[in-house]
Amino acid sequence: MSLIPLYGKTLSELTEIVVAEGLLKYTAAQITDWLYHKDVDSIDQMTNLSKKVREQLSVKYTIGLIAPEQVSESADGTKKYLFPTGINKFVEAAYIPETDRATLCVSSQAGCKMGCLFCMTGKQGFQGHLTSGEIINQLRSIPEFRNVTNIVYMGMGEPFDNLDNVLKSTEILTSEWGMGWSPKRVTVSSIGLIPALRKFMEQSNCHLAISLHTPFDEERKMLMPIQNVYPIADVVAEIRKTFKGGQRRVSFEYIMFDGINDTPKHVKEMTKLLNGLECRVNLIRFHTIPDSPLRGTADAKMLEFRDALTSKGIFTTIRASRGQDIQAACGLLSTKALIERK
Amino acid sequence: MKNWSDIEYTKQRVISNVKIAPGSHIIKFHRNNPFIAGQVLALGVNTEIEPRLYSIASAETDDLITILYSEREEGSLTPMLSLLKAGDTLLVSKPFGTFTKVKDNAVFVAAGTGIAPFMSMLQSNKVNHATVIHGAPYPDFFYFSDYLQSTLGERYIQCCSRCLPGCLYVGRVTKFLKEWDSLDTNKNYYLCGSAEMVVETRDILISRGVSVTNINSEIYF
Repeated sequence: MSLIPLYGKTLSELTEIVVAEGLLKYTAAQITDWLYHKDVDSIDQMTNLSKKVREQLSVKYTIGLIAPEQVSESADGTKKYLFPTGINKFVEAAYIPETDRATLCVSSQAGCKMGCLFCMTGKQGFQGHLTSGEIINQLRSIPEFRNVTNIVYMGMGEPFDNLDNVLKSTEILTSEWGMGWSPKRVTVSSIGLIPALRKFMEQSNCHLAISLHTPFDEERKMLMPIQNVYPIADVVAEIRKTFKGGQRRVSFEYIMFDGINDTPKHVKEMTKLLNGLECRVNLIRFHTIPDSPLRGTADAKMLEFRDALTSKGIFTTIRASRGQDIQAACGLLSTKALIERK
Repeated sequence: MKNWSDIEYTKQRVISNVKIAPGSHIIKFHRNNPFIAGQVLALGVNTEIEPRLYSIASAETDDLITILYSEREEGSLTPMLSLLKAGDTLLVSKPFGTFTKVKDNAVFVAAGTGIAPFMSMLQSNKVNHATVIHGAPYPDFFYFSDYLQSTLGERYIQCCSRCLPGCLYVGRVTKFLKEWDSLDTNKNYYLCGSAEMVVETRDILISRGVSVTNINSEIYF
């Protein structure tokens, strides 16, 4: 019988486990303290549990940390970690150090079902959802674990297609019994699956990033098939209904494609779409992927686009590209070659 | 689609639920909302189980909604869906989605149950001179083939990936599209199936000179 990982379980899940084991309820709080505050690697290190209880738990359970199998380092200091997540399934996480912060970009699924035209992950199909443990393990099991200041769910997969596990992982990150992070340090990105968006807005205080990429319906269908099911106008309308402001930040990601979504007409439509919504826009350089008909917009034109949006009152930034030389930059994460080799 | 509390739905009586091939079924129930060919709706058996989205396969004017689905042994919904009998209750959302605009001379490329939205478009007379390229592992899985054969004749192409050489093209739709001499780069291509099939098909069409603006995709997720 394979052992069940405790890492990635929420306080309520651990409470169910200890009650089922005939232990006192508060044992669950002791376990979360060991898992998420004291960062132990084995049940035997949970020394305020009696030896008998530790032995009892060890029959069925393990901490369940998974070490990365491989690391690549970029000239700019970005590191890409490869994690196994089951038989012939792999995910990548990107650690991006900067002067005043260090961001970890985590995956929520092995592969992806969304098939966006500009993304490498979509080209490998879908291999499976990650558990909450497999998601936060990407943080816990890298050597820079204690340096990480921010987490973004922008790696492989669509987080809202695996929302229950994503919400469990953000609960662990942000709860007092968990890692105690501020929700302001966690950003979950999505292409906008509306029912899941509604649930996320109700149940989480973390930042939200929506992949917008063009405000025009036909163009977005070409870039992102999900537009056929959940149009961006409906996604923005849902955000307007559910976003209460406060500490939470809503941002829109916008990869810039030469001659496709970088014209004054796009600025005008973006202004209409986002009018009055408290949000920001992040412009992202397109990192060319094999056989793609798309090309990235030149830097000068990106600056013009940023300035045009800013002049319309939309706070707009250009995101720095990191880790391109190790295929760790936005849209480049893929484990397809590895799956094929195995 | 995660939770029935997130969506508006009505309870419908199942009119019929018929197994048409191993693991494949067609379920029918009364239409209580207008829809546009190409739209989807969420189906469920109770509010405890996560709803799933399915493309409507019937014509816009049909009194009954037709849904084609594959039973997935590991799934939570379809094993229960397949047990429903006439008179049982089904949870049904309003139709939605915008995979609905189609141009004449369209080429529909589908894998498995991905044929459903194209059946709706063809039966609703939304398109003239369409071509259908349908992929399936065995002959039993060419759903609606009688209708497609009689309506489209030579413009109905069956790609059978596990058939022995015979009257059907042997291979996947992706292999067929790589080899297809009559591929017309000026036509509009509409794809429906799994992410893997859609992404691979889209890449092949682009590599053969079809403009990405002429490709529209619906992915089952």
